Amino acid sequence: MFKDIEHLIRLAVVIAVAVVAFVILRAAVVPLSFGQYGHYRGAAIGEIASRPVAFAGHDTCETCHTDVVNQKKLGKHIVVACESCHGAQAMHADDPGSVQPRKLDTAVLCARCHETNSAKPKGFPQVATADHSAGLACDTCHQPHRPKIETAKSETEGKK
Amino acid sequence: MQIPVEGFMYPNEVELQWSILIVLYPFITGLVAGAFILASLERVFRVQAVKPTYRLALLTALAFLLVAPLPLQLHLGHPERSLEMYLTPHRSSAMAMFGFVYLWYLMGVLLLEIWLDYRREIVEFSQTASGWKRRIYRVLTLGSYNVSECSLRIDEKLGYFITLIGIPSAFLLHGYVGFIFGSIKANPWWSSPLMPIVFVFSAMVSGISAVLLLYMLSTRLRGQRIDMRCLDTIARYLLYAFIIDFSLEMLDLLQRVYEADESFRSLDFMVHTRLWTSQVIIQILLGTVTPIALLGLTQLLKFTDITRKRVYGLAGCLTMIGIFAMRWNVVIGGQLFSKSFLGYTTYKMAFATREGLLTAIALLILPFIILWVLVKLLPPWPESASLPGSGVAPAHGTS
Amino acid sequence: MDITRRRLLVLLPAAVAAWKYVLAGTPEASPNYKLTEHWWGMLIDIPKCIGCGSCVRACAEENDVPEGYYRTWIERYHVADWRIERPEVESPDGGKQGFPPHVDDGGKNFFVPKLCNHCAESPCTQVCPVGATFATPDGVVLVDKSYCLGCRYCVQACPYGCRFINPKSNTAEKCSLCYHRITKGLTTACCEVCPTGARQLADLKNPKDPIHEFLRTHTVQVLKPHMATGAKVFYNGMDGSVR
Repeated sequence: MFKDIEHLIRLAVVIAVAVVAFVILRAAVVPLSFGQYGHYRGAAIGEIASRPVAFAGHDTCETCHTDVVNQKKLGKHIVVACESCHGAQAMHADDPGSVQPRKLDTAVLCARCHETNSAKPKGFPQVATADHSAGLACDTCHQPHRPKIETAKSETEGKK
Repeated sequence: MQIPVEGFMYPNEVELQWSILIVLYPFITGLVAGAFILASLERVFRVQAVKPTYRLALLTALAFLLVAPLPLQLHLGHPERSLEMYLTPHRSSAMAMFGFVYLWYLMGVLLLEIWLDYRREIVEFSQTASGWKRRIYRVLTLGSYNVSECSLRIDEKLGYFITLIGIPSAFLLHGYVGFIFGSIKANPWWSSPLMPIVFVFSAMVSGISAVLLLYMLSTRLRGQRIDMRCLDTIARYLLYAFIIDFSLEMLDLLQRVYEADESFRSLDFMVHTRLWTSQVIIQILLGTVTPIALLGLTQLLKFTDITRKRVYGLAGCLTMIGIFAMRWNVVIGGQLFSKSFLGYTTYKMAFATREGLLTAIALLILPFIILWVLVKLLPPWPESASLPGSGVAPAHGTS
Repeated sequence: MDITRRRLLVLLPAAVAAWKYVLAGTPEASPNYKLTEHWWGMLIDIPKCIGCGSCVRACAEENDVPEGYYRTWIERYHVADWRIERPEVESPDGGKQGFPPHVDDGGKNFFVPKLCNHCAESPCTQVCPVGATFATPDGVVLVDKSYCLGCRYCVQACPYGCRFINPKSNTAEKCSLCYHRITKGLTTACCEVCPTGARQLADLKNPKDPIHEFLRTHTVQVLKPHMATGAKVFYNGMDGSVR
């Protein structure tokens, strides 16, 4: 009787060997931190969190550039973070001497926020730049850190 | 490559994610399930008439099942990591669980059934064949050369049991693919409880059709006579499966048109424009209505053998095209419209790349090459099986 | 090109900094950061958004987002009269360079910034076959780049269209809520540069968080609530036409 199911027993052995091989493979290959918090590699959280930052954050800028902060405090741009206009400056914050922020083109930069668009909130200051400045760069008349044009004195304080 | 967009699409939606390879995949697994169901008609439901195609259907199923993972591998961003699906499968993911359904079906059902059915021949060929073939047979025997009547009876009983489990397994195999699409609530073209069922029945239609065509072709190539009783029976079952499949698809369509929910206007426009040719003309008119009409005619009117063969051949070919079109319309169609329901994109199919048309064509040809090899190793023909003077009853799969 | 040079200025030192971490051993989140003390979300204040695109640009720079793909983007809506089910929407390059000038033509016009909603019951994590995308204990949905197969199932499953495949890594990618910043006490890049405060990070586990307070006292919505995803990006003043 046993002889007649010999082939099936051999098959069962082949399957058993395959299952054992799979279990060993799994133990060897699956990353150690898998399942730590859920069905994923727990170490991934730390890896993603330790990416270097590109934007320093306005708090960092304000530790050095207090003069600009004080100017901004007097105008509407107080709510605008430094890097909104100046771009990512973490590298500059780490090594201010060697990494310099590049010069900004106000003709392009300011228009992004202040060009007239019907979808912008009605109370938000908008101009049709073609009519308003006839192609002149915005910082010809406006000081970006304190944009309201008040007196001749405040215009000459303008920094490029 | 600039992709033409009509209306508004979310910016990340413009490029299609799943290409023609993902159209191929349900088409191929559908053929597997359908071919197997045809084989089980004889084994479990005792429909003697289709016996001549039993072994051919099994080998066809195997050839296509072996190719099925290839379009998936070629499509992955990191195919070298695909083993992760078996090592750390996410139990809530239909795709991960499908990996095991596939494995079960390949190993536990199809390979086992074929091995049990052919074991007598394998043992015999391991002693009579020569060269590399002899080595293959010897490996396949697993070292056991016992083909006594008792052991063959045990094989027969076990084979019956496996076919019995194999039927729901075949439904599970392809129904699961339907579920992979049907469970995506984000996509209203896919999200439907009917999806697994529609997939299963269209799989049966394509699988039965494939075996019908292969049987006709292979018998002709070998210069043998086609068993008309077998062919007529296969065609009848094809018609039954078709009627159910068509009814299900029309039911889905009617419900959508009547309820006209948020997505309807967008989907309706898509069908009338981008999917008009592939869905209405190819899938429905040419690929479903015409074959049903043709097959229905053969049931209602008395045609000669030659006419019936031609009608079956035509109906079979149209069916295969129609079911492929159905997979195309589901997969590609589901990605042509925006989830904002405000726009449409275009599928720019590449030609000679990893996911291009050329690759798809190669993947469609490959199963036939594999089938050819399988047929050479394990001949499924009814007249080649009985051994003269062996004193042993012929194995099950022969007439 | 200026942008390429600037990118290089950021990328090269960033690579050096990253290498420093690698050399230091297994990377860890900030030592003072406890996963269980936070539950992150965001507030988008529609009436404040001016569509300047600063957020899209900042995100691209902070996270090396490739051209043509968007971790966050802005849509401009135009709703004529009462037909709020048929708005006209546009998003040129995701709003990255702002929007072209547009004169008032009657009807409602407004901007809608969009990003990953970091769903509490996210469909994308449900369908991932291997556990490459997941929700952290502090409520941020992340992608493990070294584990992702690139099968794209998650991209299909997201109702909001916020996921894409990064052509360089061939893995799925999306907004990470600047996880590398918020775990260090900074805010996200998009919130940092938003000039009007239309985007604000929210810690929904912190009762003293002013944004958390705002959510409790104002009428807010989430996108596609019928999808029941548990979205944690809340929209104040959002019109019913928003898709």
